[in-house]
Amino acid sequence: MVITIRNSSKFLIFTSLGFCVLLLLALHAMVANGQVHPVAIRNSALVKRLRLTDLCLFTEARYTRHPSMADLHAPFQEHPAALEHFPSGSLVMPIRPRRSH
Amino acid sequence: MRSLERHRNILDFAISSLLRRKGKNISLLALYTLVVALVASLIFFVQSLKSEAALLLQEAPDIVVQRLMAGRQDLISTRAVEQIAALRGVTSVTPRYWGYYYDPVFGANYTMMVTDDESLAPQEAMLGAGVAKNQRLLAGDMFSLRKTDGMPLLLTVNKIFSRDSELLTADLILLTKDDFTALFGFPRETATDLAVTVANPDEIGTLAGKIAEIVPASRPIMKSEILRTYDSIFDWRGGMMVAIMVMAISAFVIFAWDKATGLSAEERREMGILKSIGWETTDILLLKFWEGVAVSLTAFVVGTIIAYCHVFFFSAGIFSGALKGWAVLYPDFRLHPAISPYQIAVIFFLTVFPYTAATIVPSWLAATIDPDTAMRS
Repeated sequence: MVITIRNSSKFLIFTSLGFCVLLLLALHAMVANGQVHPVAIRNSALVKRLRLTDLCLFTEARYTRHPSMADLHAPFQEHPAALEHFPSGSLVMPIRPRRSH
Repeated sequence: MRSLERHRNILDFAISSLLRRKGKNISLLALYTLVVALVASLIFFVQSLKSEAALLLQEAPDIVVQRLMAGRQDLISTRAVEQIAALRGVTSVTPRYWGYYYDPVFGANYTMMVTDDESLAPQEAMLGAGVAKNQRLLAGDMFSLRKTDGMPLLLTVNKIFSRDSELLTADLILLTKDDFTALFGFPRETATDLAVTVANPDEIGTLAGKIAEIVPASRPIMKSEILRTYDSIFDWRGGMMVAIMVMAISAFVIFAWDKATGLSAEERREMGILKSIGWETTDILLLKFWEGVAVSLTAFVVGTIIAYCHVFFFSAGIFSGALKGWAVLYPDFRLHPAISPYQIAVIFFLTVFPYTAATIVPSWLAATIDPDTAMRS
């Protein structure tokens, strides 16, 4: 006897399996976040010990390496009409204005 | 129950109809899945970078005091340490000595920083894994940096930071204060900036205001501003987000355009035949709806799974090229998974809805015309 599975059943099985995998991934993310990561603890301790202020994401220019320490107009300080010339400068949006002191 | 069976029958027919045009629909599905994977990767990547920054930089100094000279950051006098330390509520004030060193041999920029770590002797340095990899150095090896007077400064590698900390230390070289002064000819009684620790976090804003008053031409940067910087860098309006979102939206517009500019002659004929054998307009709309759902839901599920694996298991390889830019040193880091139902909902509404809607409208237009005309067109 040949059992034929309807197309709709195949689709529903496939989609349900897909959603199950998504749910498992969400669970994986929750478990990974819930655990106290020794790496995160070590890194936080390093930030405190070395008094670091920025992540090392873009090492091209000083204002992309330490965006929180840079001036708002740092890219344009090379000369008055300078254009931004580092690729990561186009990925980093200008930070919001700081409060005035 | 009958209604459910009707939907299943139409879904059966919709999938058979899609499989009849296998080549076209599989290529469409592949492209659609790729677009969903790209959008989802970006959303996951940016969100987990933001939460990583928020977690790590919680330990950043409460206030960093810079000095401004003619609108630029300048070295700050260490005499300000006493003035700031005298303020009520300030726990400690520590001068930070740091700067940048361009290595012409490797074309890389390093962040040079002084540490008070007692395990570091004079003429020794601690290196980030990125620097060590770039210069092919191991603990105990010697390397040289060029001082401002042109003479070499010989340093021995005391320690290499673990690869786990690359997101913080990839380009870092830690030195003793004397070596740092010798390397840059750093003036005495000055520091790059001052790190201030405050006893009560609620008083940070007030103390920052007081520091700005008592230290002329100073700019205090609060921890909240440091955290906000990383929040706004990867804001959805940020450069990378906009660039990729525009590409993804353009791809969806092309899909929608393809659908909206009319169905193929074969599809019109199929509709004409269905109407002539007794299908209602609503049945045809339901058929097209299920076709849209089958394609978009498959693309959404597969695309989101691919995105998760790409970002959290394969370190977001596609974006690393974009983040690198011209930089020689780039941290090799693995992000901690951070996804929320909100993100999944955003991906769902951005991808499934536009496509399904774009499928329905032209089908409604075609389904309302006379079956004879539809078959002859």
